[in-house]
Amino acid sequence: MKPIVTFEKVTKRFDDDTVVLDDFDFEIQPGERVVLMGPSGSGKSTVLRILMTLEDIQEGVVYIEDEPLWHEKRNGSLAPASEKHLHKMRGNVGMVFQHFNLFPNMTVLRNIIEAPIHVLGLSRAEAVKRAEELLDQVGMSAKRDAYPNSLSGGQKQRIAIARAMAMRPKLLMFDEPTSALDPEMVGDVLEVIKDLASEHDLTMLIVTHEMGFARDVANRVCFFCDGRILEQGEPEKIFTAPTEQRTQQFLRMVLKE
Amino acid sequence: MQWIDLLPPLLRGAEVTAWITIASTIGGAILSFAAGIGSGARFAGWRWLARTYVQVFRGTSLLVQLFWIYFALPVLLGISLSPTVAGVLGLSLNIGAYGAEVVRGSLASVESGQLEAATALNFKPVQTLWRVVMPQALVEMMPPFGNLVIQNLKDSALVSLISLSDLAFQADTLRNQTLDTVPILTLTLLMYFAMALVLMLVMRAIERYTVRLSGREVSR
Repeated sequence: MKPIVTFEKVTKRFDDDTVVLDDFDFEIQPGERVVLMGPSGSGKSTVLRILMTLEDIQEGVVYIEDEPLWHEKRNGSLAPASEKHLHKMRGNVGMVFQHFNLFPNMTVLRNIIEAPIHVLGLSRAEAVKRAEELLDQVGMSAKRDAYPNSLSGGQKQRIAIARAMAMRPKLLMFDEPTSALDPEMVGDVLEVIKDLASEHDLTMLIVTHEMGFARDVANRVCFFCDGRILEQGEPEKIFTAPTEQRTQQFLRMVLKE
Repeated sequence: MQWIDLLPPLLRGAEVTAWITIASTIGGAILSFAAGIGSGARFAGWRWLARTYVQVFRGTSLLVQLFWIYFALPVLLGISLSPTVAGVLGLSLNIGAYGAEVVRGSLASVESGQLEAATALNFKPVQTLWRVVMPQALVEMMPPFGNLVIQNLKDSALVSLISLSDLAFQADTLRNQTLDTVPILTLTLLMYFAMALVLMLVMRAIERYTVRLSGREVSR
């Protein structure tokens, strides 16, 4: 099977010349649920942000299925992507943010139906139907007419998950979905993600420090360090018998928290 | 002359002032949004045009701008402008330049996470602007816009110098005719103040509307 995501020798530098990813190779197979873990600043979120077209790359090629994301094939060679190409490619990918980023000027329902109507071209009725199903799945039907500012962090994140799901992405990414939440809200949100993972045949890429959750949801855990994957494998193996010293150190630290 | 006799000519002037203020506030608002949005446009030509306009009209005197539009522009273009058109045009261009900075700053103040979410949902830039950014930015614009509108009302007195018979013009004319300086100028001040009060109330109503639009204050 061909991978849904391929990073081929990708280098990402920020304007101040900090190198975040250096010659980075990475693949995700369809249906895989991959967790990225590692110290902060190691480039995990950057991987997600590149796939969401929020950060560009300097070298290498990123493919979504067979098509380059940040490049376009022109006359047989690869040229930097136009906004039109990025718009087309973005349709494959969805993202849930650490700080939810719900639109405060819209009700919960409108947050979810706005893009399906105006980007995917669904009718209002179809979009509402889709939204109501998702609201039911994330347990937020009662809040469909509420505004985000009246909701708790955990509720907001569940809405944000429904909003991303409503676009039916092939790849859904979560960027530390629970790190901005009060501890008592974390469980609910993780439960919702786990449910989605079991009910849908979704490919997921998740940055999280929640080890129990990673163990339950992931097929593969990648330990990320200094812009590369130091060690990866099934969660059981990474968590119980990591071979690299840096991985062992990191896991001890996270467990102590 | 009795105070009561002073009222009709002053009210006629106040009416002119009111119309000039309303027209130039609307004109200024349109220019504010055009230049404020334009200064963040992707196309460099728009950015340059918007920023040049703002710099030129903020950096020169309103009185000279009015004189230039009324006396110099017709010579250059070979047309004639009525004092009303010249006055409204001058005030609009001037207040629009200040308003553009308010619009630009308010748009920029919307959290970057909102833009990222809009990108993640694949909104086009225009959709992001009108559906996400603008409804949240409007509420930030309102207090400074309120100041600008009142500023505009007071600045409109300068149009009397290009022979428009607004409130300031009528007051000055009456004063020359009757020499009743104290009642005339006192009434004139009161009339300006009354109009400013009305403008404040209108702006506050719009502000309340934009607060609702932004979702900041919510009925649960």
